[in-house]
Amino acid sequence: MTLWLLVRRSLRQHLLSTVVTALSLALAGGLLMSVWVVKRQARATFTGQTGAWDAVLGARGAKLQLVLNALFHLEASPGNVAFSDFQTLSSNRAVALAIPIAVGDNYLGYRIVGTQTNLFTEAEASPGRRFRLASGGRWFEDGYREAVVGSFVAQRLGLKPGDTFKPYHGLNFNPKEQHDDEYVVTGILEPSNTPTDRVLWIPLAGLQNMSGHAAATASDVSAVLVKLRSPVAGQQLDLLYNKQGDRLTFAWPLGTVLAQLFDKMGWFDQVLELVAYLVALVAAGSVLASLYNSLSARRRDLAILRALGARRMTVFASIILEAVSVAALGMVLAWVLYGVILQTVAAVIRAQTGVVLDPWAWDPVLVIAPAGMVLLGALAGVLPALKAYSNPVAENLVPES
Amino acid sequence: MALLEIENLRKAFRTPDGRIAPVVEVPRFCLDAGDQVALSGPSGTGKTTFLNLIAGILAADSGRITLDGHELNAMSEADRDRLRAGSIGYIFQTFNLLQGFTCLENVLLGMSFGPGADRDRARSLLERVGLGDRLDYHPRQLSTGQQQRVAVARALANRPKLVLADEPTGNLDPANAAQALALIRELCTEEGSALLLVSHDPTVLSAFPRRESLSALNQASRKGIAP
Repeated sequence: MTLWLLVRRSLRQHLLSTVVTALSLALAGGLLMSVWVVKRQARATFTGQTGAWDAVLGARGAKLQLVLNALFHLEASPGNVAFSDFQTLSSNRAVALAIPIAVGDNYLGYRIVGTQTNLFTEAEASPGRRFRLASGGRWFEDGYREAVVGSFVAQRLGLKPGDTFKPYHGLNFNPKEQHDDEYVVTGILEPSNTPTDRVLWIPLAGLQNMSGHAAATASDVSAVLVKLRSPVAGQQLDLLYNKQGDRLTFAWPLGTVLAQLFDKMGWFDQVLELVAYLVALVAAGSVLASLYNSLSARRRDLAILRALGARRMTVFASIILEAVSVAALGMVLAWVLYGVILQTVAAVIRAQTGVVLDPWAWDPVLVIAPAGMVLLGALAGVLPALKAYSNPVAENLVPES
Repeated sequence: MALLEIENLRKAFRTPDGRIAPVVEVPRFCLDAGDQVALSGPSGTGKTTFLNLIAGILAADSGRITLDGHELNAMSEADRDRLRAGSIGYIFQTFNLLQGFTCLENVLLGMSFGPGADRDRARSLLERVGLGDRLDYHPRQLSTGQQQRVAVARALANRPKLVLADEPTGNLDPANAAQALALIRELCTEEGSALLLVSHDPTVLSAFPRRESLSALNQASRKGIAP
């Protein structure tokens, strides 16, 4: 009780340095937790998005680009696939389901993807979860200028069944490149927390035959999403398209392909982690400096406590406890900062990719990092505590003149 | 058996020019339980050092201090701290109150390292010294006389067997000094504590039936060294 009283009073007496030090520790702890959780969740969530599909067939090119374009609706399409190639693949006995998609247009920056209605009726939005329409809508019909809109796009653009829109040419929004074709929204998808939420879906033929598109490639598709009957089938098709063939790319297995993305971003994670560790070191240094400096002003108080019977270890412990208290206060603020950072990052990632991170999901780092920071704070308190421990009593009982 | 027995006590300090100068050299000094003794001596004669040696704040170079049956020189520093926390009350000329703490907390700290904090006792001691309505005041909000009364209450908080008072009236005006001195003596009597008070003020000294001169006790040649 006495120790806690001593610590509380000291923290209050040095309120400014207490708050500044706690804030710097909070910054370090918040950054560490955020970097770690974003890295882990992003990897798990991005990889999880591919769960409904086993492979993607596309034009010859980089597998990662193909997967990002076809499943995450990012990047440009590496090229076209002839419709006959789609038909050949879909008739292969190793393939359980093959759905063609075509890209090339947007509406106010959100991608328009042409596909077949069996994407919604036979495929899954995410593992174990079918596509579902919000009430009052229906799927589009092939051959009509109709659209089913992802929940995120509908929310952002305020679209609802019955609304109409005219697509813009290209994957990036350019107001001068609007098509004449007008589409009617027939339904809004329920949120699936996948990249499909960020897409306006129209019939495949609609995108292929959009006014201004090249007639020569009108029957081509951008990629084919593939569900296989067995993993062995993946090896067979990998051999067929990637090793024996040279026109198309069969991106399989998707987890391995996506791992390349995170391997490429690894340096960025490392830089962020390094920054967080540096901030942690600076924060620990500020704990040390503020406590050490405050001791000069507290030499007499410490001597008085010793004269009242406080043992050296009591004085030592009070300084360590003070450092731990500042660190603990910093970690409470770190959790708040973590929440703010994760909410912001999750919102940005969702807006850019449709992938949803859960800022409140449990992760061991949420305990390990704060515990580590508190330990670091305690270590930073050792030097000032030793100084307090060796504070001579008799000569410091006399006020400085 | 005496409460405090001192034999051949010696403490020296190194002077700035490198000499070793003895400050305290007391062949024998005794104090019985409940005794009240005034110790006189001009500035720089080692009065504070003498009290710090008795309190166990300083370790003697040689000699023996026995307090309540405990030989200080044979004790570890931690044991001396424990003895001080439980058996000694210390009143300083400059009060030495902790500025960040209230009056009540200052008195509570006077017992926290010894018998343990007792809020009721702390409150009643402050009421006894006339500060019952200032419990939550901080020292800077009190007059010097009031601050010394808090210091007195703090020194008596742990029911000490011996109260050491180092020029306790040195910073007070005559009226406050007389009040403070009377209060210290009354409280020591009430609590059954012995009192060893150091002063160079003849008015203060004259209030004590037993007076000792440190100059007379001290065989050391004094060179005006104030530790």
